[in-house]
Amino acid sequence: MSDTSLTSASAKKPDAVSKKGKTPAHQLSPRAKMLRRALRHKGLLFGLFVMSIIVIVAIFAPLIATHDPYAQSLLARMKPPAFMGGTWEHPLGTDALGRDYLARLVYGARISLLIGLIAATISACIGTFMGVMAGYFGGRIDLLVTFFINVRLAMPVVLVALAVVALFGGSLYVVVSVLGLLLWDRFAVVMRAATMQVRKLEYVAAAQVLGASLPRVLFKDILPNVMNHLIVIFTLEMAHAIILEAALSFLGLGVQPPTPSWGLMISEGKEMLLFESWLITIPGVALFFLVLSINMLGDGIRDVTAPEGRN
Amino acid sequence: MTDPILTIRNLTVDLPEGGDRPHAVENLSVDIAPKEIVCIVGESGSGKSITSFTTMGLLPKALKPSSGEVIFEGRDVLKLSAREHAKLRGSRMAMIFQEPMSALNPCYTVGDQIEEMFEQHTSLSKAERKARTIRLLDEVQLPDPERIYSSYPHQLSGGQRQRIVIAIALALDPALLIADEPTTALDLSTQAQILHLFKELREKHSAGIMFVTHDFDVVAEIADKVVVMKQGVIVEQGTAEEVLNRPKHPYTRKLIDAVPRRTGSVNAHMAEKHKVMEVLDLNKTYHSKGTMFKPARTVHACKDVNFIVHRGETLGIVGESGSGKSTLVKCLIRLEDPDSGSVIIDGSDIAQFTPKLLHPYRKSIQIVFQDPYGSLNPRRTIGDQLVEGPCNFGENRAHAMERAKKLMKIVRLEEDALYRYPAQFSGGQRQRICIARALMVEPEVLIADEAVSALDVSVQKEVLKLLNEIRDEMGLTVLFITHDLRVAAQICDNLVVMQNGEIVERGTVDEVFGAPKHDYTRKLLSAQPGQGWVVPDIAKLPPVDPALLESPMGAF
Repeated sequence: MSDTSLTSASAKKPDAVSKKGKTPAHQLSPRAKMLRRALRHKGLLFGLFVMSIIVIVAIFAPLIATHDPYAQSLLARMKPPAFMGGTWEHPLGTDALGRDYLARLVYGARISLLIGLIAATISACIGTFMGVMAGYFGGRIDLLVTFFINVRLAMPVVLVALAVVALFGGSLYVVVSVLGLLLWDRFAVVMRAATMQVRKLEYVAAAQVLGASLPRVLFKDILPNVMNHLIVIFTLEMAHAIILEAALSFLGLGVQPPTPSWGLMISEGKEMLLFESWLITIPGVALFFLVLSINMLGDGIRDVTAPEGRN
Repeated sequence: MTDPILTIRNLTVDLPEGGDRPHAVENLSVDIAPKEIVCIVGESGSGKSITSFTTMGLLPKALKPSSGEVIFEGRDVLKLSAREHAKLRGSRMAMIFQEPMSALNPCYTVGDQIEEMFEQHTSLSKAERKARTIRLLDEVQLPDPERIYSSYPHQLSGGQRQRIVIAIALALDPALLIADEPTTALDLSTQAQILHLFKELREKHSAGIMFVTHDFDVVAEIADKVVVMKQGVIVEQGTAEEVLNRPKHPYTRKLIDAVPRRTGSVNAHMAEKHKVMEVLDLNKTYHSKGTMFKPARTVHACKDVNFIVHRGETLGIVGESGSGKSTLVKCLIRLEDPDSGSVIIDGSDIAQFTPKLLHPYRKSIQIVFQDPYGSLNPRRTIGDQLVEGPCNFGENRAHAMERAKKLMKIVRLEEDALYRYPAQFSGGQRQRICIARALMVEPEVLIADEAVSALDVSVQKEVLKLLNEIRDEMGLTVLFITHDLRVAAQICDNLVVMQNGEIVERGTVDEVFGAPKHDYTRKLLSAQPGQGWVVPDIAKLPPVDPALLESPMGAF
């Protein structure tokens, strides 16, 4: 989707420029204006580019990986990657059990993205609901929500996640739900503040006077105008969830082996750190680029949707 | 005449690429002599603020003066380094801003903020600094200077804060005082006091004053010289007497013609006397809970408000800020629940209705808000927002769209506007869209809550005319809420004057303006700026010099 919008817009741009400069900014629809800003934003384009590569790799994992990520071959243990003197049979080498590292990395991308997306989505739903309610109604509801936010902020995420995983046993589902239920605080805080701001505006009052029902006001007048904040927080929390999953897996309490997860790969490679450093570097670099691209994407979206908030 | 303090010669400031014109200010030349108040008048976007910012060296980075010179005390300030300019600022030239609420730092007492000027620019001892500060506070006529000295900005009213800002500006007896719309954000009576203060200052200090404003009545009140700007170009300048009474340029004439004045048209359109809305003993109080540090407070925002509105009538509700106008409006449209009293419309008292019962009556009262920028949802097309109302009352969307197209014609916008977003319209156009949105549900009563206060005079005039026409054509009833007596006099049939939540006077416009009974009304009327000035009848002036019409700025 992102690719098609990119090409069609870049095709449009030159002819807009050729006609005596550009179409004046005030004649464009908000969406066209945003697109124009997006195309000039290098960070956003970079984030989008890296992100789409990782997403494509994750989706087409079976086509890219030549080996089964679970297939062990004890004869081919610890083969170095091709660029460190290995063979192209295993382009990124093999791990201590002789599993193909490329296959594990590619399938691991699925786990990371899945955890990031689902955990952030669950958090977004909880946090947005609480934040919008608190910001719109104020009063007691606001007090209650603020109380919940404070309680949540008083809990150290990693510790709680560790305790829950230790209680229920580690699995993909447990990790996703624990993270999803723990990362809503920032959504709630930001949505609350944004909603309070929008709620004061006169178009909300006008909608009420025109007889709009409460859900209609919320969905038509409030949500679209706080959406840009939501998207930004979503990307930040997605990156946060991915890092946390890696940390939990590294500690042995996240995704359980033999599932390929980047955190787990780093954890399994840590004993070889001094001798076979690529076992850690490869998933580490992958993780770095994924989180970086998500964060750049988020920052880019913030700049593009709300240019007045840029610093 | 003495030598001018400030001489601006052929100043041109470029706008960044992609703006609506190449220069913010073009070929501007102005002289300001000591003891002279020069008013720069123009509508929003005319470049008047840019002129003052250039002189102060406070231009935003995107704007650069490209040619011309600004000579202040023999030196061209455009060629000064930032450091030298900063030394001049405050000591030799000072500025007074529009918004007294945000011009002061809330973290320091006002005394500290005035003293800072002495600290920065002089080597006075602490005791001397304080003495000078107290003297300044006395000079700007603040009561009890000792107490004010140790107050924080939030403890003072808007008018008092503006006096503090003036005191800061005057601290080092500058040669040039630049005031950028210093009274626009203030109430009428406060404005009158501040304007009076300016006139006194001109006598006592030898400063030249550059006074930026959009209001011709303020100009008439204080100006010695007037400079009229349009889109970055001076279209006319001369003495106040000349420009106000014998304007030469068509643009100046248009602006002066748009100054709201009593028209004297009596309720010819009100033939029948049919009660549309009746408000009985409406009360609303706000309680703020006390805490350990401050006692509980009760504010009577509306106290026993009574009035009746007839079909086809325009009832003006006037009062200064804090008089309870806005609370009254909120109670009428039921965004707030009144404590007691009734609002009777179509024979039913909607004041105590539950939301469900209220829903069908929402149609009867509609409102146009003050802020043209905050009252349209930026993420929905105009059409979508217009059909919202009828759709909420079960009307078919396509049918509503047809009506929206008709209404667009009535408010003089193109049908095409329905498919565009609010950001693509100017303030006046947006306000017309808001009127159309309110009319979509065919209300009985239209409340205009300061609906034209944020608009330029010429746009204001058009919107008022439109409101009048719509009222006559549709038999609408209008409740016109305003703080501006001149506008009220122009459009209203009857007036209600509010003070501290109570109605203190009511009657026809002629009664209230001609023979005010209540002290408050008299005070308001006498606070009006520009009373000595009789607006010239533009039609009776000699025809415009054809040379002016031919220039590009003369045409519209």
